[in-house]
Amino acid sequence: MSRQMTGARMVVQALKDQGVDVVFGYPGGAVLPIYDEIFQQNDIRHILVRHEQGAVHMAEGYARSTGKPGVALVTSGPGATNAVTGLTDALMDSIPIVVLTGQVPTFMIGTDGFQEADTVGITRPCTKHNWLVKDTETLAQTLHQAFHVATKGRPGPVLIDIPKDVQFATGTYQGPREAKQSRYQPKVKGDIDAITKLVEMMEKAERPVFYTGGGVINSGPAASQLLRELADATGIPVTSTLMGLGAYPASGKNWIGMLGMHGLYEANLAMHGCDLMINLGARFDDRITGRLADFSPRSKKAHVDIDPSSINKVIHVDVPIVGDVGHVLEDLLKVWKARGRKVNKEGLAKWWGLIDQWKAKNCLSYKPSQKTIKPQYALERLEALTRGRDRYITTEVGQHQMWAAQFLHFDAPNRWMTSGGLGTMGYGLPASIGVQIAHPDALVINVAGEASWLMNMQEMGTAMQFRAPVKQFILNNERLGMVRQWQQLLHGERYSSSWSESLPDFVKLAEAFGAKGAKVENPKDMDDAIMAMIEYDGPYILDVMVEKHENCFPMIPSGKPHNEMLLGDASTEGAIQSGGAVLV
Amino acid sequence: MSALNIKKGSSSHSAYDLRDPHSEIAETHTLAVLVENEPGVLARVIGLFSGRGYNIDSLTVAEVDHTGHRSRITVVTRGTPSVIEQIKAQLGRLVPVYEVHDLTVEGPSVERELALFKVAGTGEKRIEALRLAEIFRANVVDSTLQSFVFEMTGTPAKIDAFAELMRPLGLADVARTGVAALARGV
Repeated sequence: MSRQMTGARMVVQALKDQGVDVVFGYPGGAVLPIYDEIFQQNDIRHILVRHEQGAVHMAEGYARSTGKPGVALVTSGPGATNAVTGLTDALMDSIPIVVLTGQVPTFMIGTDGFQEADTVGITRPCTKHNWLVKDTETLAQTLHQAFHVATKGRPGPVLIDIPKDVQFATGTYQGPREAKQSRYQPKVKGDIDAITKLVEMMEKAERPVFYTGGGVINSGPAASQLLRELADATGIPVTSTLMGLGAYPASGKNWIGMLGMHGLYEANLAMHGCDLMINLGARFDDRITGRLADFSPRSKKAHVDIDPSSINKVIHVDVPIVGDVGHVLEDLLKVWKARGRKVNKEGLAKWWGLIDQWKAKNCLSYKPSQKTIKPQYALERLEALTRGRDRYITTEVGQHQMWAAQFLHFDAPNRWMTSGGLGTMGYGLPASIGVQIAHPDALVINVAGEASWLMNMQEMGTAMQFRAPVKQFILNNERLGMVRQWQQLLHGERYSSSWSESLPDFVKLAEAFGAKGAKVENPKDMDDAIMAMIEYDGPYILDVMVEKHENCFPMIPSGKPHNEMLLGDASTEGAIQSGGAVLV
Repeated sequence: MSALNIKKGSSSHSAYDLRDPHSEIAETHTLAVLVENEPGVLARVIGLFSGRGYNIDSLTVAEVDHTGHRSRITVVTRGTPSVIEQIKAQLGRLVPVYEVHDLTVEGPSVERELALFKVAGTGEKRIEALRLAEIFRANVVDSTLQSFVFEMTGTPAKIDAFAELMRPLGLADVARTGVAALARGV
């Protein structure tokens, strides 16, 4: 039913009609009419953040853990500019979020008005699409279109900039069904000839590998299910990018671990040595490929991606398949079954023999210590003590993030929220709150470094206000650990500005927010500290004092191929040429 | 060079795409991008080129279908075959983009550009400029006792050639529209 209402009411109505139950936001002059409408209803919950960047990361955490679009609402000018990092993060990691920004009234646009910024101009390169709505009559249509664009095809962030007079004016509201059908309809079915060709290659391949990415998770739970079925039926090993962890279970028999710069030895060597690489929803990121000229030199490559621009962007592939991973996997399985479920058994047996040899290298081993807590040990204990629980993990960015990816195991999709593409320090705390709001009874843990954590620590206030019992597991080495590691390996051990001085007392900090905090320094106290954290009914900071100079291995130095991985401190001397220092 | 003297990268002489996808040789391509005529669409296209480090040699844009709200952007760009493919894919995924056509590889096409030249001078030079303009089928659209403004339509190469000839004859100013292009036939 079309109805007359104000623009502000339309915003709230459209959110309801799109099934939104929570909005993360911060009010300001240019969004007051919308806040007034939010106040007068009870269907949509508003989570008041402490900084707009936090709102966007919370929306991301919500989206990644539910598969539904996350929504953030911020004011004009600084509210919008503070949202830019979160928008870019969501664009890089293909996370569907809808950000609504207030804008000065249409008649003031261009006059450098108070809290005016060219929001659509600023956010054009960091959104999938954005709109400035100048007429209330087009607002409802634009809102529905925004949800459509954010979630269809390769998901991503969208932004709608709504001037204040458009919020006040009255117009006609249309529901999602009455709204004009969007022209934006990306192709989801893959080309069946290409799929058949891939099946033929799979049947013959001696050393095949599935290289899976965030696309499997974005495609929905069905895609993860199909991947499990296909991998288990064919016996083909599965590795995953950072973004794809959980799509195939870490406890699955074909799992060979994460690949990439800090990926597992067996996973990277499998990528290097395979004769058929099947990329499912990953994008040959530079953290994955290492030196392009030597990337998997002897393999035929197939690439399934919903975004045509991902195909042949950095790596030329032999079998490109544009489509949604779930749809393609369904057809792939069908064709493979119809052709008699063939695999190269002999080849695969030899291949697994090789992989098992690489696994025996035990690349994640580290020197244990009785005196100091090794970060790897802390995570091993966290894994052991939380396994089997309804657990969600977020991270900040740096060494702790890579260790978390290595030492925590994910058996289901949507359980692992991390900033992969953009590498946003300060992502984890707000993301953990977004996850907790979506899953109030789950155990939500943010594995953090002390430096990253401080970047958005104000959101502890949000966690307290909305009773989000998020656990902040801070691996505190009083260093910017990854920066320090690179300076050690690439910059002659000149530790320029990479230690954290004047750190707060995290226990007192927790208490200052009204939360609970504890500090643990001795390995023998680790288990008790973790249990106390899990059992506490409220936000909690566990300050884990870890070894200060531990390096994260394995490591493929910048500019090196997969088979020139560093496995430990002993192997690092002279391993990195000066050329590698110019790469990031 | 092959005996047929087919320019590398050209496919207009063959039913097959002859381009080597791994070639490191930069090619010039003319792309026609049909877009929804919504605010900011040109900024999106230009921002894509600058943000990803692609070249724009020439760019023209105007609404071509008022009722359908469609504009046509003709962009001439340079890059290796893989970069050109990437440019097309990146353009194609912009939400307001309907179609992307690579007129350079999709078959024969016509390209035209309009240019205005102001040539100042007197005496022999002035007469020579007028004579050359006639040969090039340029029209005089403004004249004073000291100057002409010529209008000319043609391929970019023809316009370049005319500009070169006018330079010693007192070329004072040039305005060019950039290339507009259409595929030949139906």
